[in-house]
Amino acid sequence: MLSNQEVAEALLEKFGDQVFDFEEPYGLLTLSTSREEIIPLLEFLHKHKTYQFIFLTDITGIHYPDNAGKEFMVVYHMHSFVHNFRVRIKVSIAEADIHIPTATGLFASANWMERETYDFFGIMFDGHPNLKRILNIEEMDYFPMRREFPMEDATREDKTDALFGR
Amino acid sequence: MADIELLPHNVPANADLPELVEELTTLNLGPTHPATHGIFQNILKMDGEKIVSGEQTIGYIHRAFEKIAERRPFYQITTLTDRMNYCSSPINNLGWHMTVEKLLSVEVPKRAQYIRVIMMELARITDHLICNSILGVDTGAFTGFLYVMQKREEVYEIYEEVCGARLTTNMGRLGGMERDLSTTAIRKIHEFIKSFPPVLKEFEKLLNRNRIFMDRTINVGGISLERALSYGFTGPNLRAAGLDYDVRVMNPYSSYEDFEFDIPVGQHGDTYDRYMVRNEEMWQSLKIIEQAINNLPEGPYYADAPEYYLPPKKEVYRSMEALIYHFKIVMGEIDAPIGEVYHAVEGGNGELGFYLISDGGRAPYRLHFRRPSFIYYQAYPEMCKGSTLSDAILTMSSLNVIAGELDA
Repeated sequence: MLSNQEVAEALLEKFGDQVFDFEEPYGLLTLSTSREEIIPLLEFLHKHKTYQFIFLTDITGIHYPDNAGKEFMVVYHMHSFVHNFRVRIKVSIAEADIHIPTATGLFASANWMERETYDFFGIMFDGHPNLKRILNIEEMDYFPMRREFPMEDATREDKTDALFGR
Repeated sequence: MADIELLPHNVPANADLPELVEELTTLNLGPTHPATHGIFQNILKMDGEKIVSGEQTIGYIHRAFEKIAERRPFYQITTLTDRMNYCSSPINNLGWHMTVEKLLSVEVPKRAQYIRVIMMELARITDHLICNSILGVDTGAFTGFLYVMQKREEVYEIYEEVCGARLTTNMGRLGGMERDLSTTAIRKIHEFIKSFPPVLKEFEKLLNRNRIFMDRTINVGGISLERALSYGFTGPNLRAAGLDYDVRVMNPYSSYEDFEFDIPVGQHGDTYDRYMVRNEEMWQSLKIIEQAINNLPEGPYYADAPEYYLPPKKEVYRSMEALIYHFKIVMGEIDAPIGEVYHAVEGGNGELGFYLISDGGRAPYRLHFRRPSFIYYQAYPEMCKGSTLSDAILTMSSLNVIAGELDA
């Protein structure tokens, strides 16, 4: 049985101070890395002889508009079936330079996950073979999951959200 | 008559014949095509009857659930989840409840956990029934479909008894179930356990060793295990390719560790294997339901968490505390702790994950659904490359892509 400690130490040994912010929310090993190291890190876990993180569970994005310089976060979930061990990797990127390398070279499933993240947050995955909108129409000129995008038409006066909603 | 006779001087010389042009046909399959069971568009490049390549367009029923969820209190998000995989809504509902319970650290009593297992396995049966019987329809056997739909109707009656709804169930509550299993519900579940096996046996007799069915499905739409893993397959489709990954066993939730059941696996990952895996899973689900209903523990059916679990209406009219909690919960005045949770359940199609980030407010800061259909449907062009159009239709229905889950 693999422990969080063990994997964290192996990653620290390999990547040094490029992996940081280790946490264990609800027991799931969570760490952050930089944009430059994300693909080597995924590849290291994917190709590791004993850990064998062969499965990419999920890629998604989060928007933190108040976090200057780190407005967007891309979150990767990986799973090792052999050890039944999950790991969550986060990468923060700035809105001014909203680029991150693609993981499609490692996992075929990353293709649509990244397209979805692009579609909703506008995060550009460099090197993606077909980075275009997937669930929304192509003519759309905004990224709907960003926090500033309002849920409802803000000009309407017949509905008040004083009691409901954020 | 005379002028159609080809006399030697009427035969055109080779040089006069038009040059034979080879070209690919573009075929627009969908978005609303009766054979695709849902709104999917595939623009296929065809060489005669063979598919050369395909391009998918999805998103026709995208309803922005993730965005809507950011403005809703936790208990109101349940109704969004049951519109994802609408063939097995209870799994989505209860999976969502379990995610929030994990965030809130609420311990659900054994009885509620067992009731949930029963409902989730019934949902799995209906999900697989649809998929397999539709596969029969696509190969030309309508009888099986019509026959097993009667059984799905019985399951829906059990849903009605447990939660009051049939398709979009909104089943369960944060912290347990909204009501205990009634005697009618228990009777109906027992009846179902008794009456379903003969029907499923007959259904299997119709298709399993049917020459036409086997010829149409064996070695059709296959995928290797390596590609399936790379494409993020989970659930029956991954197991058909040969890996016994099942969230119920790997990360047991809701007391799945108490039950004895097997995980069927296939070998080739083709349409026939997917069909067989789903069929066997229905038997295993039945086994789980039987164990759960026979060993149903006594005790409360909801957790002792008054600030999250909506109090019974009788209490609301009688006691002050219940009234206060009722008001606070309904008005969304209950704050969740700060934290982030990933919780996965074994949905009808595979690992259904909920990635929930709470900033301590009444609604999630961010909620992401890991929808299995969305992730594995991208393998479809690769799987139907080189096959005929009629086989591609079978491949799609055996993958069990549910439009609601695909587009969320």
